[in-house]
Amino acid sequence: MVFELLAQTFGPVQQEYLLEARQMQALSFVAHIPLVCFGVAFPALVVFTEWRHHRTGDPVYRVLARRWSKIMLALFAVGVVSGTILSFELGLLWPGFMATFGDVFGLGFTLEGFSFFIEAIFIAIYVYGWDRLPPKVHLATGIPVIVTGLTGSFFVIAVNAWMNNPSGFTLDADGQAVDVDPWGALFGNEYLAHELTHMYVAAYIVCGFLIAAVYGWRWLKGHRGRYERKALTIALTAAAIATPVQMIVGDWAARTVAEEQPIKLAAFEDLQETTKGAPFTIPPGIEVPKMLSLLAFHDPNATVTGLDSVPADDRPPVGVVRSSFLIMVAAGMLLLAVAAWFLYFRVRHRRLPETPWFWRAVVASGPLAVIALIAGWVTTEVGRQPWVVYDFMRTEEAVTGAGGIPIGYATLAIVYASVLVAVIWVLRRLAAHPIEEDLETVPEARADG
Amino acid sequence: MAEIPAVLILVGLAAYTVLGGADFGAGFWELTARGKRGEALRNHTHRSMAPVWEANHVWLIFVLVMAWTCYPEAFASIVSTLTIPLFVAGVGIILRGAAYAIRAGVRSPREEGTVSLLFALSSILTPFALGLVVGGIASGRVPVGNAAGDEITSWLNGTALLIGALAVATSAYLAAVYLAADARRIGDADMESAFRARALGAGAVAGALALAGPFVLSSDAPDLYDGLTSGLGLVALVGSAVCGVAALALVSLRRFEPARYVAAGAVVAIVAGWGIAQEPYILPGELTLEQAAAGDATITAVLIGFGAGALLLVPSLAYLFGMVLTGRFDPAAPLPPGPAVASSGEAAAREATSLRTALLCGGVTAIGAAITFVTGGGIARWVGLALMLGGAVACFGAVATLDEGEGESPPSRRAVGD
Repeated sequence: MVFELLAQTFGPVQQEYLLEARQMQALSFVAHIPLVCFGVAFPALVVFTEWRHHRTGDPVYRVLARRWSKIMLALFAVGVVSGTILSFELGLLWPGFMATFGDVFGLGFTLEGFSFFIEAIFIAIYVYGWDRLPPKVHLATGIPVIVTGLTGSFFVIAVNAWMNNPSGFTLDADGQAVDVDPWGALFGNEYLAHELTHMYVAAYIVCGFLIAAVYGWRWLKGHRGRYERKALTIALTAAAIATPVQMIVGDWAARTVAEEQPIKLAAFEDLQETTKGAPFTIPPGIEVPKMLSLLAFHDPNATVTGLDSVPADDRPPVGVVRSSFLIMVAAGMLLLAVAAWFLYFRVRHRRLPETPWFWRAVVASGPLAVIALIAGWVTTEVGRQPWVVYDFMRTEEAVTGAGGIPIGYATLAIVYASVLVAVIWVLRRLAAHPIEEDLETVPEARADG
Repeated sequence: MAEIPAVLILVGLAAYTVLGGADFGAGFWELTARGKRGEALRNHTHRSMAPVWEANHVWLIFVLVMAWTCYPEAFASIVSTLTIPLFVAGVGIILRGAAYAIRAGVRSPREEGTVSLLFALSSILTPFALGLVVGGIASGRVPVGNAAGDEITSWLNGTALLIGALAVATSAYLAAVYLAADARRIGDADMESAFRARALGAGAVAGALALAGPFVLSSDAPDLYDGLTSGLGLVALVGSAVCGVAALALVSLRRFEPARYVAAGAVVAIVAGWGIAQEPYILPGELTLEQAAAGDATITAVLIGFGAGALLLVPSLAYLFGMVLTGRFDPAAPLPPGPAVASSGEAAAREATSLRTALLCGGVTAIGAAITFVTGGGIARWVGLALMLGGAVACFGAVATLDEGEGESPPSRRAVGD
C-alpha cells in the first residue's frame, strides 16, 4: 500500500528550473573535483617527500613535506565542506532519484563515508603529528591517508559507474527498484575499472601540474633554489608519468563507452547517422576518414551507431558533449607535450629545462589540467543526459518539486566564487612565508657541504 | 532489521552533536573574543579544535548517507520539504569551512576580526538551521512525497525554533566545557576561568530552553510530547536533565574532565529520547521505519559495510582522540628526536637511482601500455594494466630520485643551506 502511495507522490513533478538544478549540481562538482584530486594524489607525494628525507637526511625534503602537508590539510578541510554540500544536494535537488534508487547505490556512499572518515582522522594525525610522533610512526600515519584516498574514489566512482551502466535491480510496475543487489550493482560493473583508473590517474595529473604551476611561477620570478627544484621535480615527475598513461586509459574508456553507451560516443563526434568506417572531424573542419571507427573500436571499418538511432528526446545535448570532449583531448595533448619536455631533460640531462618558455608552459599546465579534468567530467555526465540512471530514469523524473532553485543557484554561485577567491588568497599568503625560516626549525639540520 | 540503521543514524547524530556541535560552539565563542584577551581566546579555541576538525564533521555525511541508503523515500521527503533550512545549513557549512581555512593566512588584527566574525556567525547559523530540520521532522510536518510539505511552516514553528535554539545553546555549552578542560590540561588558568564562566552561562541558557520545552511541545507537537513524557522516552528525558545538572555542578566545582563526558551524556540522552519518542515512525504519523526501510539485501549490505568500516574506524578514532586528550598535540609536548639518518651528501648519493633502473621501469610501463592498448578485455588487459600502473609507480620513484648528473649547476645546488 505504501508503495502505491510512494509511486504516486514520487512521480514526475513540474519543475520549471530543471536546467538550473543541473547547473547547480554541476557547479558543486566543479568546485569539489579539483579538491578531490588533492585528497587522492597529494598525500602520496607528501609521504614520498618525507620518506626521501628519512632516506637521505636532506632537510629540504623535510621542509617541503611539512609545508605541503599543511596545504594538503587546508585543501582537505575545504573538500570536506564541498563534499558535504554534494551530499546535501543529491537530496535537495534530486529527491526522485534518491527515493527510487537510494537503496541501490547508497551502499557505495556508506562505504565511502568510512573511507573519508579514516582519511580525515589520519590526515589530522599526520599533519599535527610532526615533531609529536617518532619519525617512523609519523611516516606510517601517512600510509592510511594514501590508501583511503584510493578507496574513497573507488566507492564514489562505483556509484557514478552504476549511473552510467546500471544493473543490480529490477523496476516493478510502480517504478520502484526491487530485487536490489547492491554489491553486484556497485562492484560487479564493467564501467567501474576504467572510470576509477581514469579518475585516479587524472588526480595525479591535476595535483602534479597545479603544484608545478605554483613553483613554476616562482621560478619565473627568480626563486630557483634547491627547495624549488625538489618540489618541481617531484610534482612534475608525477604529472609527467601519469599523462601518457592517461592516454591509454582514455582509449580504454572510449572503447567501453562505444560498446555500452553508443549514443554518448556518437555525441563525441556529432555523428548523426550510423556509419561504417566513421570519420572524425578535428576542428576547424579537418575530416580524418575512418578515424572514429579506428578510435572507438580499433578497426577502421567498424560500424559506429549514430544519434538518429534513438528519438531526439533520448539524445544528450550534443554541442556541450562534443566541445567538452574535444577540449579534454586537446588539453591532454598539450599536457603530454609539457610532460615529454620535462621527462627528456630530467632523464637525458638530469636537470630541469632552463628556457622561460618551458616555465610558462608549466604555469599554464596547472589550469589546463583542471580544464581537462572538468571537461572530462562534463563529457561523461552531460553525455549521460537525459538520463540520471542510464536508460532507467530521466533527470526530469528525479528533480525536486521545491521552488526557489534559481535563488539557491545564485546564492551558491556567489558563495563558491567568494570561497575560490579566499582560498587563492590564503594559499598565496602561505606560499609567501619565507622558506629559510622553516629550514632553521629542522632538527639536526646539517646542510650539505 | 528495519530499525537497526535508524539506531546507527541516531548514534551518528549523537556523535555529530557532541563532537561537531562542540566545534560550532567554539565558533560561537569567537563572538566574545575581543581585545587582547580575545586573541588568547581565539588561539586557544583554534588550537584545541584543529586536530579533530575534519573528523568531527564527517559524522554529518555519515548520517546523510545512512539515511538515504536505508530509508530512501523518507530521506527524499525530508530534504525536498525542508529544503530551505537544509540549504541555509549548507551555506553555513561552506562559509564556516572557508573561514576556518583562510584563518591560516590572516596577518593583521583587522583581517583576523573579519574572519572571526564570519566564522562565529556561520557557526551559529549552521546548528540553528540543522535544529530547524530536526524540529520539522520531529513535529510531524514532513509528509511523504516530493516537496509535499509546506516549504515554510514545516520549519517555521515552535518546535523547530526551540530545537534550533537548543542546538546553538548546547553547542556553546559543550564547547565551553571542553575548552575549559583543555585549558586545565595545558595549565592555562586564564583560559580555564574564561571558559568556566562561559560554560556556566551557556549551561544556564540551555537549561532554561530545555525547561521551556514541555510548554512548546505540548501544544505544537503533542505526539512528540507524549513520547517524551512516558515510558522509555521519559527515562531518556530525565537522564538528560540529570546529566545536564550534574555537568553544571562539575563545571562549577572545576572538575572539567568528568564534566566533558557527563555533558556529552546529556546530549546523547536527548537524541536517544527523540528516537524513542517517535518510534516506530521515521516521519511521525506518516511513515514507519518498517514502511520506509530499503530491502533486506540493502540493509544487510549496509550493516556488513558498517561492521567492516567500524572495525577500522573505531581504533583510528581512539588513536586520534587518545592523542588529543592526553595532550600529545599540545604546544608544550616534548619533541621526539629527529630521524635517525645520516645527513650527508653521501647518503643522498647512495640513495639516488641509476639511469638503467629508470629506463627499466619505463620499459615495463610501455610494455604494459602496449598490452592494454591492443587487448579488447579479459585477463590480458588486466595483466597489461597491472604492468602499466605498477610500472608507472616505479617510474615515478626512479625518475624523481635519479642521481643528479653534471647538468645541475653548482651554484643553484648550494643555493640553500650553505
